[in-house]
Amino acid sequence: MIEVRNLSKSFNGTSVLRDVSVTFHTGKTNLVIGSSGSGKTVLLKSIIGLHEIEEGEILYDGREFTKLGFKEKKEIRKEIGRLFQGSALFDSSTVEENVMFPMDMFTDMTFEQKLERANFCLQRVNIINKNHLFPSELSGGMKKRVAIARAIALNPKYLFCDEPNSGLDPQTAILIDALISEITHEYNMTTVVNTHDMNSVMEIGDKVMFIYNGQKYWEGSNNDILNATSTELNDFIFASNLAKRIKENM
Amino acid sequence: MRFLHDFGHYCLFISQVFTKPEKTRLYYKQTVKEIEKLVIDSVGIVIVISIFMGAVITLQTRYNLENPLIPLYLIGLTARDTMLLEFSSTMVGLILAGKVGSSIGSEIGTMRVTEQIDALEIMGVNSASFLILPKITAAVFFNPFLTMLSMFVGIFGGYLACVFTGALPPVDYVYGIQYWFIPFYISYALVKTVVFAFIITTVPAYYGYYVSGGALEVGKASTRGVVFSSILILLANLILTELILAK
Ligand SMILES: Nc1ncnc2c1ncn2[C@@H]1O[C@H](COP(=O)(O)OP(=O)(O)O)[C@@H](O)[C@H]1O
Ligand SMILES: [Mg+2]
Repeated sequence: MIEVRNLSKSFNGTSVLRDVSVTFHTGKTNLVIGSSGSGKTVLLKSIIGLHEIEEGEILYDGREFTKLGFKEKKEIRKEIGRLFQGSALFDSSTVEENVMFPMDMFTDMTFEQKLERANFCLQRVNIINKNHLFPSELSGGMKKRVAIARAIALNPKYLFCDEPNSGLDPQTAILIDALISEITHEYNMTTVVNTHDMNSVMEIGDKVMFIYNGQKYWEGSNNDILNATSTELNDFIFASNLAKRIKENM
Repeated sequence: MRFLHDFGHYCLFISQVFTKPEKTRLYYKQTVKEIEKLVIDSVGIVIVISIFMGAVITLQTRYNLENPLIPLYLIGLTARDTMLLEFSSTMVGLILAGKVGSSIGSEIGTMRVTEQIDALEIMGVNSASFLILPKITAAVFFNPFLTMLSMFVGIFGGYLACVFTGALPPVDYVYGIQYWFIPFYISYALVKTVVFAFIITTVPAYYGYYVSGGALEVGKASTRGVVFSSILILLANLILTELILAK
């Protein structure tokens, strides 16, 4: 469980996040939704400590991340898997080396053990016999899947995904979403997913938080979201005319 | 003021780079890769350029010393000393600043804008040290070999010029390159090479590391890295020459 309490963040005096409090539950895919520029990425980066925050507390299963020293933060970071918007695979390493990298860096496993684990993770995301290809030789969806394999290589307790299906066709996007959701339930991880894709919300949103202009406006599950009364949220969900008409006839 | 700010920022960056690698084995592995990318892959261009420059320096000196009173072997001596003192360290340094500097700048810059550096950081890796220390090690310890290679090949280029153009008898050239040889010139060139290697790797890396935006910004940062490292090489050359050679 990750608890965020009264988090505020600004850049050079421009406030980006204001007093955000939210709880992300274990074994669930927790979605953070909101339009482009609403502060999703900044929230995610603040939670994992890539941004310094001005105010607020972040607790990883009761451990207060913000108060920890460099060493202890690093221990928590080893429990975090992170999936980036553009995959962020290392260009100069092969698929296999990418997945083995966290193990190279943080474990004393032998090469055979690392390879076995890497192959296990790659199989889990359905990447088979691609070990020696480079990221530039993979399609967007395959890159995402390799990135997921790398993110779960060290058996993380927490998984953060920033717009995991951006730039993918709708079918592949759903596959990636489903994969993230399955893995979360399978390994009982606390997963946080940033997205502005309503398909993802309906498919995998165990718990959804809506952020608007740096503030939390709504929180609930994908079952309640269509009946929410928040105007901002409704404007976001029913952005297109088609969706608006459907809503009116609901 | 802007310059002071950048310089301070650069120094902080360097102090971040010079921290103990977390995994020594991984560090050695990276260093070997970098030796291949930065040093071995530059052997070709160093040979080609040095051979031609050695030849041209010899021919130029020959045409400028069209005086029967000057012994011909002095041409060999001049060509040799030009190679040892300036060309093999400074010119090769500038060429490598272009070749190696732009590749480092765009490599690190691309890693920044595609979030590869963030990926390292979030894993708890000191990305500056992990990515850049192996490059510095490779260049600082192995560029001196490129410089020595350039010296040999350049002097040989001068010899070829003598053989093929008949500008002066090869015997005189060979006598000249052996005449009054000062070994200290080589140490001087190697000291310069080490300083230049440090500049060539760290300055473009610095510009790449702090880039933000997209491909366009990466290109600009990598160009800026090359321009700045070239300027710094020329400055350092002036200062080192004054410090080491001035009597
Ligand atoms: N490093 C930064 N410096 C200054 N402003 C930033 C920075 N990162 C994000 N912002 C600003 O914060 C706001 C939220 O951005 P972001 O979290 O990336 O939005 P999104 O919800 O699309 O992920 C934007 O207005 C953006 O301009
Ligand atoms: Mg974003």
